[in-house]
Amino acid sequence: MKQNEQEAITLQDFTAGLWKENPVFVMMLGLCPVLAVTNTVENALGMGIATLFVLVCSNALVSALRHFIPKQVRITTYIVIIATFVTLVDYIIQAISLDLYNKLGAFIQLIVVNCLILGRAEAFASKNGFGRSVISATGMGLGFTLALIMLGGVRELLGAGQLLGYPVFSDQFEPWVIMILPPGGFIVLGCWLLLINYVKQRRSTLAMTQNAAASHCTVPQQH
Amino acid sequence: MNAESLSYIFLSAFLINNFVLAMFLGLCPFVGVSAKRDTAFNMSLATAFVMFISSLCAYGINWILTTYHLEFLRLISYIAIIASAVQLVEMILKKFSPTLFRALGIFLPLITTNCAILGVALFQTARQYDFFQSIAFSLGAGAGFALAIMLMAGLREKLELSKLPNITQAAALSMMLAGILSMTFMGFAGLGGQI
Repeated sequence: MKQNEQEAITLQDFTAGLWKENPVFVMMLGLCPVLAVTNTVENALGMGIATLFVLVCSNALVSALRHFIPKQVRITTYIVIIATFVTLVDYIIQAISLDLYNKLGAFIQLIVVNCLILGRAEAFASKNGFGRSVISATGMGLGFTLALIMLGGVRELLGAGQLLGYPVFSDQFEPWVIMILPPGGFIVLGCWLLLINYVKQRRSTLAMTQNAAASHCTVPQQH
Repeated sequence: MNAESLSYIFLSAFLINNFVLAMFLGLCPFVGVSAKRDTAFNMSLATAFVMFISSLCAYGINWILTTYHLEFLRLISYIAIIASAVQLVEMILKKFSPTLFRALGIFLPLITTNCAILGVALFQTARQYDFFQSIAFSLGAGAGFALAIMLMAGLREKLELSKLPNITQAAALSMMLAGILSMTFMGFAGLGGQI
């Protein structure tokens, strides 16, 4: 534990959450809000920011209090800390935009049981210093928001023919209603995962063939 | 007070607005524990039981909180109830069925962060269900969760025998399957309900 604390804050802490360990596409954490509120980019953005706020605040507090929380009751303590911030966010969104609040519905309160937040508190914030935890949580939260927007963008574009409320296609475009209904969420996420797997696989085979070509450039390939 | 009939509430939570496939609640165990049918069955039993217990307690707690105008404590107290209910199930299982306890392993404490359970408690409060309606709702939600996860487990067991392209590894294919399942569940909307 001591060694971890002395490690300097690196850029890696921040960027890991954005893409390499993206909470949605790589770790498959916190899927429920990802699929439920990504009908439109606006909802996705609202949900992403709310989660980002809760994630950063709760991780900061957990990391600041990590020496005072007894090990046996740590999960309960984390949950109570998270629930406090979620209640805050719930009332803040209600005060800022009642419209958004009604659209997101119970999913704001359900941020409490988003496994991403508890997972980060347990796996990272309880073992690392304040600054590192905050940086890492910000990266993770931004990665989560990015994933939400990627899903919301596709679903709104195909399902309603518009982006952030502005029409994109001409009037002849027939919206794919299925995309804004529940099945669309599953299918769009499935497609993104397929695409990401494909890109990863291509990259690794390319690297392998390049290595092979570099080391055995005279040996003809055998099939 | 909500005037919906008990049978409608049950059917609605079970099929029409299925918790997993139409409302996207409880997806983590749906993806995580659906690889084998036995584990999926045990997991859904435990989840349904916790759902039932916590729904009952949530009804009582909500009554107390509204009497004393402490609604802002609702979320925190619901979470505390669910965590204790999970602890209870854990102790019961450990005592009466150690094999099942070992089979479920890490997934048992994770029921606490299953959003379907908190979802039941929050929705029954938002819709102002009375005591019996809450029971019907939680039973329907539990049955719906079990149905969805068992269907998924059956499909995934079949898939293990078939040849798949490499890029469909991990969760990508599960998501596609869930999409198709969800589409079929939309057919139940004809039973009378809104998504």
